[in-house]
Amino acid sequence: MIKVEGLTKRYARHVAVNNISFEVSKGEIVGFLGKNGAGKTTTMRVLTCFLPPSAGAVSVAGFDVLEHPLEVKKRIGYLPETPPVYPEMDVTTYLTFVAKLKGIASNDVAKRVDEACERCAVTNVKNTIIGKLSKGYRQRVGLAQAIIHNPPVLILDEPTSGLDPEQQREARQLIASLAGDHTIILSTHILSEVEHSCSKVVIINAGEIVAVDSVANLHGRRQASETVLIEVTGADSYSVRQRLEQVSGVARVVSRDGRDGTASFEVFGMAEREVRPELARAVVQAGWNLTELRAVGESLEEIFLELTKSESKKETGAVTQ
Amino acid sequence: MRNIGTICGKELKAYFASPVAYLLMGLFGLVFGFFFYSAAQFFVNAGVQSQMSGQEQPMSVNEWVIAPLLNNASVVGLFLIPLISMRLFAEEKRSGTIELLMTSPISDWEIILGKWLGAMGMYLCMLAISALDIALLFAWSHPDWRPVATGYLGLILQGGTILAIGTFISTTTKNQIIAGASTFSICLLLWVLSWVSSYNQAGWAQAIAYCSILTHFEPFSRGIVETKDLIFYFSAIFLALFMTSRSLDSLRWRA
Repeated sequence: MIKVEGLTKRYARHVAVNNISFEVSKGEIVGFLGKNGAGKTTTMRVLTCFLPPSAGAVSVAGFDVLEHPLEVKKRIGYLPETPPVYPEMDVTTYLTFVAKLKGIASNDVAKRVDEACERCAVTNVKNTIIGKLSKGYRQRVGLAQAIIHNPPVLILDEPTSGLDPEQQREARQLIASLAGDHTIILSTHILSEVEHSCSKVVIINAGEIVAVDSVANLHGRRQASETVLIEVTGADSYSVRQRLEQVSGVARVVSRDGRDGTASFEVFGMAEREVRPELARAVVQAGWNLTELRAVGESLEEIFLELTKSESKKETGAVTQ
Repeated sequence: MRNIGTICGKELKAYFASPVAYLLMGLFGLVFGFFFYSAAQFFVNAGVQSQMSGQEQPMSVNEWVIAPLLNNASVVGLFLIPLISMRLFAEEKRSGTIELLMTSPISDWEIILGKWLGAMGMYLCMLAISALDIALLFAWSHPDWRPVATGYLGLILQGGTILAIGTFISTTTKNQIIAGASTFSICLLLWVLSWVSSYNQAGWAQAIAYCSILTHFEPFSRGIVETKDLIFYFSAIFLALFMTSRSLDSLRWRA
């Protein structure tokens, strides 16, 4: 559906995006992950034909962004970082205007406006002036604007930024409900959002892609060995620790801050070993209370930080050389 | 065509959804009304005087009232038209809605023509206020309608030129005040360029004077439509809109 090959975008002096390539197939939800200024927005702007690429080939639904921009634009719904709304218009007027811009036939416009309002849950504010809407509603109107012509591809630039947690959850649900019909690319720097909504993640740092993978694979990446969180009551921390270290397959035990009267540890297993059953048995046999035992996967956050950090280390290394 | 209509309609609505349209129409009505009153009063006084001195001469309403009025209207337009054009692109750039327009399946030319025509619509509404005053003359007197028609044609062409220049300048900035002030200054300069020819007869001076937008208006107010003036206005409008399209395109490359 979307094909990016060797995309480079240079501004006057600095390179915003450097030789990135990725593909998105039909129906996928792809999360674009990166710090501020990593090149997410630039990439999206190239995809939507707002900016031309400096080098490389970008095509959407088989149409090149430079050669057939109108065809690409017809097939894309785009929600920029700030929703492109006119504060002086009411919601219906605004969506009607957008519907006409997107080339929807005149006798279809009213129906499409109603549908988009329905899907984005803005029907109750249809006749309100957009300038008077809250940020959350404005964002939803922005989303309604993006889906009004039912485009096969949706590009959403930080769709949940600036929303409160409740609104963020609603926005995520909304996006999830759009999946299936649309191929979606969304950018964010909120990692949990990617975990919730996306099937695939593109991590981008300083204009370069550092990882393209599914969320599950990213989690699995560094999980050859198991990490277990364990909490025990009814014993002093020192003796619990000693006992845990003796369990076969345990590589390392690190104590954590627990509540009063509890001993809490992070236990790292050796590679390819299942340590949880052994740990549980050891605690119970010693006559202590096992209050918590769970495997912790490395959070996406850590993976992300590690990936982007190692990248910047490389850079500083290059500079010192 | 449909897209041009969509953009044009949106622009017109934007003027009338804010106080801008009513303010401009009100201010223009006020200023033009005063000019009208003064010109009519002057005409009446002159008429009475010539009767009293016994040297009655036929006095033309067209020559005494309408022609100077339309000339004044063109100068008032010079001040007010930049206020119409300044928001066209500057506002979209500031609010980010330019991204919506430029990622929609419409061409740059459709955006530009739509916006320019919308601004023209606003300008015509403003001019319509002056037509109320002129209509009074027709009610109480019998002026020749032809110079009035050509005068309005001239006003529309001159307004279209200033609006096109303003549209171009509006694409270069996010700041409406900068857009308005630059448009006003440049149009003022284009107006007074004609002075050059009064103290210098060289060829280049004549060429510069030719670029003055107001000297081309003058014949229209006297009922004269000359091809060279029409060509001047049409080519100026085209040039300015063409520069607008280049500037809009460069937004993509400069970002």
